[in-house]
Amino acid sequence: MRELSLHLLDLAENSVAANASRVKIKVIEESKTDLLQMSVEDNGKGMDAEMVTRVEDPFVTSRTTRKVGLGIPLLKEAAEACNGFLKIESQVGIGTTVFVQFQRSNIDRMPLGDLADTFFQLLITNPTIHWLFYYRINDQEFDFDDDPVKKELEGISLTDPAILNYLRLTIETGIQSLQTSDIG
Amino acid sequence: MTTIKSLEDLKKAREEALKKREVKAASGMAQVIVGMGTCGIAAGARDTMKAILDTIEKDSLNGIIVTQTGCIGLCEKEPIVQVVIGNEPKVTYGKVDPEIAKRILDEHVVHGKPLADHVIQM
Repeated sequence: MRELSLHLLDLAENSVAANASRVKIKVIEESKTDLLQMSVEDNGKGMDAEMVTRVEDPFVTSRTTRKVGLGIPLLKEAAEACNGFLKIESQVGIGTTVFVQFQRSNIDRMPLGDLADTFFQLLITNPTIHWLFYYRINDQEFDFDDDPVKKELEGISLTDPAILNYLRLTIETGIQSLQTSDIG
Repeated sequence: MTTIKSLEDLKKAREEALKKREVKAASGMAQVIVGMGTCGIAAGARDTMKAILDTIEKDSLNGIIVTQTGCIGLCEKEPIVQVVIGNEPKVTYGKVDPEIAKRILDEHVVHGKPLADHVIQM
């Protein structure tokens, strides 16, 4: 995968598969510390300590259709190649947080890519999950909680054309306004 | 500070949606499912999904539910898209790029004719 936002999509799909009902995705870019940090925090079924160690290994997955899981090891390797790391905190029955850090200016760091698209698609295609998206570049932030939107919709499908348009623009303009104000 | 479009806009969109829903209800619901496992994402499923959502938005297609699923064990055929219309059996498509995704929506979901050339026999 060539974009960090695709890895975020992949991590969030793990949360969905772990039956999470609430998922929070955070992305922070900071010039001062030269760091890019991302985390996906869920309240899914969680993993025991042994599974956490094994999940970073390229040959582990909870999936039964195929025996090899690659998402997390690939991201871990990408982070370590950029003076960063990947850390998983998990508790059975409580949930899992995956945290990953990169040196922001590192030449090998993958571009963030289309973060808006990742957020938008997760929100639309998993309507029963409570999504929280947070993105910060230096002191500019975008903070999105889907709860007020879903309350307002009262059961209207998120895939209705007018609703899609509203949500897409909300997320795209929110994220673009941060990225255009960051010229560094 | 954060730019968030007002909830007033959303209220308008919701009223619009309610009006259109009454028109569509008779023709039955369509469900479009995109494989979003690691294999799907790596093969370009996000672009496929984007094409589907864009088409629904731009062509104002009502009554379509779009969801995702994990790996279904056909990684080499990703991106995979499945279509279920009303009570008809599920049709599975393989190697669906954004162009094919648009055709699936237009020809199969809207006009009821499955695309012969991209169907995977399950």
